[in-house]
Amino acid sequence: MKKMITVVAAILAGLMNTLMAQATTITPTINAGDTAWMIVAIALVLFMSIPGLSLFYGGLVRRKNVLSVFMQVFILVAVISIEWVAFGYSNAFGSSSIEWLKPYFGGFDWAFLNGINMNDLSPYFISNSQPTADGGSIGTIPHLLFIMFQCMFAVITPALIIGAFAERIKFKGFLLFSVLWSIFIYNPVAHWVWSGDGWLFKDGALDFAGGTVVHINAGIAALVTALMLGKRRDYKNHALPPHNITYVVLGASMLWVGWFGFNAGSGLAADGLAANALMVTHIAAAAAALVWAALEWIFDKRTTVVGISTGAVGGLVAITPAAGFVGVGGALIIGLAVSLVCFFMVAYVKPKLGYDDSLDAFGVHGVGGILGALLTGILATPAVQAAYSGGAYGNWDQFGAQVTATVATIVFSGVGTFILFKITDKLVGVRVTDKEEATGLDETQHGETAYTNFD
Amino acid sequence: MKKIEAIIRKSKFEDVKQALYDADIDWFSYWDITGLGKSTEEQVVRGQVFKSGYIQRRMISIVIRDVNTEKTVKAIIQSAQTGEQGDGKIFVYDIAETYRIRNGESGPEALYNAEK
Repeated sequence: MKKMITVVAAILAGLMNTLMAQATTITPTINAGDTAWMIVAIALVLFMSIPGLSLFYGGLVRRKNVLSVFMQVFILVAVISIEWVAFGYSNAFGSSSIEWLKPYFGGFDWAFLNGINMNDLSPYFISNSQPTADGGSIGTIPHLLFIMFQCMFAVITPALIIGAFAERIKFKGFLLFSVLWSIFIYNPVAHWVWSGDGWLFKDGALDFAGGTVVHINAGIAALVTALMLGKRRDYKNHALPPHNITYVVLGASMLWVGWFGFNAGSGLAADGLAANALMVTHIAAAAAALVWAALEWIFDKRTTVVGISTGAVGGLVAITPAAGFVGVGGALIIGLAVSLVCFFMVAYVKPKLGYDDSLDAFGVHGVGGILGALLTGILATPAVQAAYSGGAYGNWDQFGAQVTATVATIVFSGVGTFILFKITDKLVGVRVTDKEEATGLDETQHGETAYTNFD
Repeated sequence: MKKIEAIIRKSKFEDVKQALYDADIDWFSYWDITGLGKSTEEQVVRGQVFKSGYIQRRMISIVIRDVNTEKTVKAIIQSAQTGEQGDGKIFVYDIAETYRIRNGESGPEALYNAEK
């Protein structure tokens, strides 16, 4: 009996020691579950660009230009990734050493990922964090994974703009413009909205997975470039028939799948918030696809495959900023609203205005993004993240913050794109010659044709 | 020997095929073609309804004995007609010679069915 008491006492003492030790030295650790999910999410977002977006856009253009679209997306994956580790990540997510610059620009401290090691934890976190030894909080995934996840966003955003100037842009001009745009437009806007120092972040703007940073940003740049570049030579105020609709629907399907990583990965953790984001993403896409099909049924008597694919993508765009803040009801409203607005934008308003946004990058991403960002300010429910609620739950200040973020992005992206496109035009030229355009960009810019007659 | 090439509506292809079978013409080639002309076709892309100058049709090509020319042409005209503009065209060519690769036979006997 006495021996047993001694044993119990010894165990208790041991336990106390461990507890004491834990209380004094906190060592944050990598969470295996979160990390595993983020690796998958990163792969899913890359899958959205290549091959998802390439196929979606490639199928919509004419046969003579399909390779040019594939090439443009592919080279952006390569060049923006290099720019991202060189200084893009630091510019967007770093902290500038100059005090007054902090809300607008991330500085160069993390250039070439200086000082970031393999086992460092991500300083950015959303729903899952852990205390650090100095009383702060830190994320549960490796810092490198956060950098890679954001890299995929930096890649896909300029790739979305391709839809506006497809079939007539000079490859050299495209490449220079896209790199400049990433550096001078994407990186700062990402800093404003997502960095802890950013002025829109501090203003309380909600953007879960990139409604402002990705979709409004790219959508406005799309409108500006389409206007500046002028119409395609064959454009007669209506779409030119897509050359391969099976590509379009495959691409849209891959975007849908990849968007699970894009939105459900944006919580940077494998938890309930990720589950909610996944759910609302899916439901919004489904609702938007159905509404678009119904509109075609009503107005054109038949539903088209290009139509339902476009509807689904519109739903995915609009739910992006809201995915971490709304429930299924909100997702249904967003899906319904985005198809109504985008359908009339693409089918009726665009032909009236007469600008040639080849593949509706503005009509779907710009308009859908703006709608999603604004609706987030209304439909955000405390049932998802207790700290955030929108106008429908009495917090109209949130709607105000969304309007500020939307307008700021529109103005900055609009003006910045105009300047960068002008500079590019002066330096290398942006438009191919009329004859090159007639022959096709595949042949004239890349010396290849997609569907050869060789065995 | 004659070669008959006909440009017909895609929607009439099944009717033409049946009419040719009924006329005992049971071997021919066909392919899809895109043409440009004064005529336009309605197309729908993303809710936009518009007239496109690209005209989608199907081309069929048949080589036959001289005696069958008239009934083949008649079969195609009767089966491919809607009365609307854009029903298509039929072209008849003379064939100088035909050879069967398997045994080197030539002349009308080398066509698909010796009795016809």
